Amino acid sequence: MLEVKNISCGYGARTVVENVSFTLCTGELLCLLGPNGVGKTTLFRTILGSLQRIGGEILLNGKDVQRLNLRHLARKIAYVPQAHTPPFPFRVIDVVTMGRTAHFCVFSSPTTKDVKIAEDALRTMNIEHLRESSYTEISGGERQLVLVARALAQQAELLVMDEPTSNLDFGNQIRVLEHIRTVVRTQQVSVILTTHSPNHALAYASKVAIIGRDKSFAVGAPEEMISEQYLRETYRVNAELFGIHTRQGKNVRFCIPLSSREAGSPNYLESPQYAESLH
Amino acid sequence: MLYRLTAAVFLLLALFVLSLTIGHFPVPPLTAMSILFSKFFALTPHWAPKMEIVILQVRLPRILAASLIGAGLSCSGAAYQGMFRNPMVSPDILGVSTGASFGAALSLYLCKSLVVTQLSAFVFGMIAVGITYMIGVLFSKGGVPILIMILSGIIVGTLFNSFISIVTLVADVNNTLPSITFWMMGSLATISINDIAVAAVPILFGMAGIVLLRWNLNVMAFGDEEARAMGVRTNLLRFFLVCFATLVTAAGVAIGGVISLVGLIVPHMARFVVGPNYRYLIPASIVMGAAFLLAVDDLTRILFLSEIPIGIVTSILGAPLFLYLLLRSRKGWV
Repeated sequence: MLEVKNISCGYGARTVVENVSFTLCTGELLCLLGPNGVGKTTLFRTILGSLQRIGGEILLNGKDVQRLNLRHLARKIAYVPQAHTPPFPFRVIDVVTMGRTAHFCVFSSPTTKDVKIAEDALRTMNIEHLRESSYTEISGGERQLVLVARALAQQAELLVMDEPTSNLDFGNQIRVLEHIRTVVRTQQVSVILTTHSPNHALAYASKVAIIGRDKSFAVGAPEEMISEQYLRETYRVNAELFGIHTRQGKNVRFCIPLSSREAGSPNYLESPQYAESLH
Repeated sequence: MLYRLTAAVFLLLALFVLSLTIGHFPVPPLTAMSILFSKFFALTPHWAPKMEIVILQVRLPRILAASLIGAGLSCSGAAYQGMFRNPMVSPDILGVSTGASFGAALSLYLCKSLVVTQLSAFVFGMIAVGITYMIGVLFSKGGVPILIMILSGIIVGTLFNSFISIVTLVADVNNTLPSITFWMMGSLATISINDIAVAAVPILFGMAGIVLLRWNLNVMAFGDEEARAMGVRTNLLRFFLVCFATLVTAAGVAIGGVISLVGLIVPHMARFVVGPNYRYLIPASIVMGAAFLLAVDDLTRILFLSEIPIGIVTSILGAPLFLYLLLRSRKGWV
């Protein structure tokens, strides 16, 4: 279980995000929402330990993560970055095996046991067929799945994912998110991920955390946090939320952005200008 | 991967035997091997004493020098490429070789101790790669783009080249200048067994360090932030890897002069054979680097009657070979 208690983070003396508190249990998926530039990445880097926090506590199973050294931290928290290409065309299985690095001595190389764990991770993500492919030649969505597999091979309790759906096409976004949800449910891990899509948060998150334009932090259930007012205030768009019953019999909540014009004024949607703009 | 690596080892062994027999003075392979083994086992000599001198004092030092320097340059080239996440760098492109040769020239001018030359080459090699890396970091926030690092390497190389010119200008024309000039041409012909004994220690030590840390180079290729999240202490490891790679390069330069392009081409040839995984790439670079320089040296011995510095030959052979590799391997890194 991850407990973040009242942390502030930033660079040097400049505080970017303050008063961040939340807890995350195994099997939960937390979506972090917020407009560009409010400090999502800063918060991420602080949780990952790559940025010194200014105040507060981060406890993992009751233990302060700051006391752990880099290798021990890597066995607890894994990072899934946005997929990018390394300068060398590594094989997919080698990329996933790299997730094992924190588990063996710095002077040695992975053993057959490590490769087996990596193969299991590929199987969990349903991408065994990519085993021998070159990581630089597969699609963006596949690359993202490989990085999730690498984090699984790391056998950490917490997976921190930086916009895993950005740069992906319509189908791959859903595929990646479905895989992530399956992993959360079956692999005894918890996941924090950032996204720019409130619909993804509504569909997949068990908790939603938001950082507002005023740097305020709040956390709660998805349907509590994502309201029309929130979308208007934070993203400056008029959006409507719907709850529908799909043909497959599922209850789905989603939002549709309508217009960004004069979104600051709440009654724009009832104004004559809006009615005109529809014609 | 393993059987390809084994094949490369056998190729190197075959080249070693072949190199002993090549030259103006013919020695049959079996005799050559017997002469070599007679140093370790009691064998009754059935060969002319002249043969023994040719094998043990002329050819063997040269073969050992070519193998050691070739292995060292390739190993450090592959390591630099990984730790700087840049497939286009090598000891010569980063300015390390030039920095080291300035250090060596300076020590040849001031005093002629072999150990001091090694040390001075290492110190100035470290300074050169340090400056190149700093310029790279300063002019490109975050990651170090491929081109900026190459450009800063060129600047640093030019700078140290002009320092070398200053040393040759002030050097004593009768005494020190000839030895500096001769060494600078990068020839393997004059290397003695004693030189090799002194250079072998840092070269083998540095290569051993790189071999031990090689898996981390894979992880570092994904960038510092990701590598740290996977438990790799990037700054500490990069420091040690730079030290090892520079030690190896400097020791080679101090006995053989600047031998260009080996450290760039051989790692790429090794990638074609065993793939980019550093676990196999480093051993493959070592074996293939030794074989490459040995083959080039044999070629110069066969083709040219007069002694021609091997650095010239590697450049002439290396340039088109590198262009060919560039054309074949466009997998997103150019």
